[in-house]
Amino acid sequence: MGAMGAMGAKRIRVVIAKPGLDGHDRGAKVIARALRDAGMEVIYTGLRQTPEQIVAAAVQEDADVIGLSILSGAHNSICRRIMELARESGLTDVLVVVGGIIPDADLPALKDMGVAAVFRPGTSMQEIIDFIQIRLAPEGANAAGAPGR
Amino acid sequence: MSSERTIPFHTISGRPIERLYTAESNPQFNYDAELGDPGTFPYTRGIHPSGYRGKLWTMRQFAGFGTPEDTNQRYRELLAAGATGLSVAFDLPTLMGRDPDHPLSLGETGKCGVNVTSLADMETLFDGIALGDITTSMTINSSAPMAFAMYLVLAERQGVDWNALSGTIQNDILKEFIAQKEYIFPPHPSMRLITDIFAFCAAHVPRWNTISVSGYHIREAGATAAQELAFTLRDGIEYVQAGVEAGLDVDVFVPRMSFFFDVHSDFFEEIAKFRAARRIWARVMRDRFGARDERSLKLRFHSQTAGVSLTAQQPMNNVARTALQALAAVLGGTNSLHTCSLDEALALPSATAATLALRTQQILAHETGVTSAIDPLGGSYFVEHLTRSLEEEAERYFDTIDGMGGMIAAIERGFPQREIAESAYRFQQDVESKRQVIVGVNEFAAGTTAAIPVLQIDERVAEQQLAKADRVRRTRNKVAVTRALDRLRRAAAGTENTMPALLDAVRAYATMGEMCDALRDVWGEYQEQAII
Repeated sequence: MGAMGAMGAKRIRVVIAKPGLDGHDRGAKVIARALRDAGMEVIYTGLRQTPEQIVAAAVQEDADVIGLSILSGAHNSICRRIMELARESGLTDVLVVVGGIIPDADLPALKDMGVAAVFRPGTSMQEIIDFIQIRLAPEGANAAGAPGR
Repeated sequence: MSSERTIPFHTISGRPIERLYTAESNPQFNYDAELGDPGTFPYTRGIHPSGYRGKLWTMRQFAGFGTPEDTNQRYRELLAAGATGLSVAFDLPTLMGRDPDHPLSLGETGKCGVNVTSLADMETLFDGIALGDITTSMTINSSAPMAFAMYLVLAERQGVDWNALSGTIQNDILKEFIAQKEYIFPPHPSMRLITDIFAFCAAHVPRWNTISVSGYHIREAGATAAQELAFTLRDGIEYVQAGVEAGLDVDVFVPRMSFFFDVHSDFFEEIAKFRAARRIWARVMRDRFGARDERSLKLRFHSQTAGVSLTAQQPMNNVARTALQALAAVLGGTNSLHTCSLDEALALPSATAATLALRTQQILAHETGVTSAIDPLGGSYFVEHLTRSLEEEAERYFDTIDGMGGMIAAIERGFPQREIAESAYRFQQDVESKRQVIVGVNEFAAGTTAAIPVLQIDERVAEQQLAKADRVRRTRNKVAVTRALDRLRRAAAGTENTMPALLDAVRAYATMGEMCDALRDVWGEYQEQAII
């Protein structure tokens, strides 16, 4: 697929990031590749990014989606900080999704912070691709959507 | 011939499997050359002449969380329950040489293990535990020399002779560059820290296992069984070569090297992998390095069931997965085993889940009868064929890596990293297409699962550890700390062994972050080229 997807739609731009000190990057890399193979523009930040660096990358790359991979248990503190910084930077409609080892008890707090979805071990790549594509479908593309801006 | 199911018959690593194996599957099979009796070269059938009839494998469960006080409590309970060995899980700030107040430590302190910032924390961690009476395994790599120095100084304070200390540090940096990515310094100075420990322990801590060359993380990152085998043993070769180049005699330091493998779900392939590992190592040590002491030829290994195979969906299924993987480790002759807990796709193990994991090993050891006959699968057409085939695949990788100029050169050009990333992606595609069935995930997923209780780490751990680090920094002798860190920088810049300087820094209560920063000043930090 070229720079433009089918029907001339803008390609979805995704920043995949590994915040914190953890180096387990299998999930981040597999997802980055799957999203790219699904036609999205994927920027992988590499390891050990601070929340500041991740939000700056999302601003600079004009990202539609920030995908965070967190397996170390640091998700509450890291997501809270990233969501604050995203708001301060005016990234109000960027879709933030998290993948990793996340206990049930933490799901409501992550949702309250504004995390759009949490994908845990065993989630299929297609499920993640579908989620992003549906959430970012141009408004008006589904019957219930409001007309485009 | 009756009809067969139309699924592809292959292992979880993609190795095709024939319908039947016979004597013809292993042409020119020579018992003495390929197997030998248990306890004899090339040790395919095990390193002990008596197998598990003599000594069962060590059941060593990895534990650590929160503050040193929290983990000390868990250790005391384990020891009271009859454990003789401890296995320390550290948190990421400790593993990455950062103090809890570093910006990257946000949210990480005490989360995936216990936080140890200075000697004061090591003192708390082992409070009331006599280091001469236990063996301690510490899973730590780039900051292993600092943690080990803390342990040695603690022994000193307890009045325990270093000659009496026994345990293991993982200390395997190559697999960090390849897979787990918990590296700090560039490859060459990282290797020098390791050979410094080989030399230091040979002279001063003779019973310490100086390295646990690990395939576990390589496999968990997505490698196939053959890649795990090949890269791990090739890493082992790289360490032996580095020791030899540092002027050490192989028969002095190699007997203190041990290994650590994953035990994954494909039952026979895993058993064959362990048997092949012993055979390859014995031959490599004899033929490539001219080792004469049989302890240098015997590959001793710990194994852990595959965390990556655990599913968040229907988590009770993980009990069955772990039990079958543990059986493969035992039939493959593991010397030590950790069984994962059913809740590990969700959180750190709860006490109940951890106990069930240990009970799984005890049932295997005492109820199934699999420990009675040594290497019960030896001579199986299928297992011997798989063992040979894994060995051949590993040797092809050795040739490729040797051709690149060794493992460090291969890592610098991203070779093992790329091979693993390819395998990981292929596996995920197999799962997506249901070529690989995962029960409860892409098949048999009907029904809902009740939530299971999981361990929660108190968010106040970071504050407590920060307060403690502040207290240590205020009360220690600042001049002694500065002097010790300067000495450490000089040792790093020169060629003297870094361990004495680290021991001095630890005695002065320099923190993990300060000691690693001193070495960062001299050596810089490694930055990898991210490969997708």
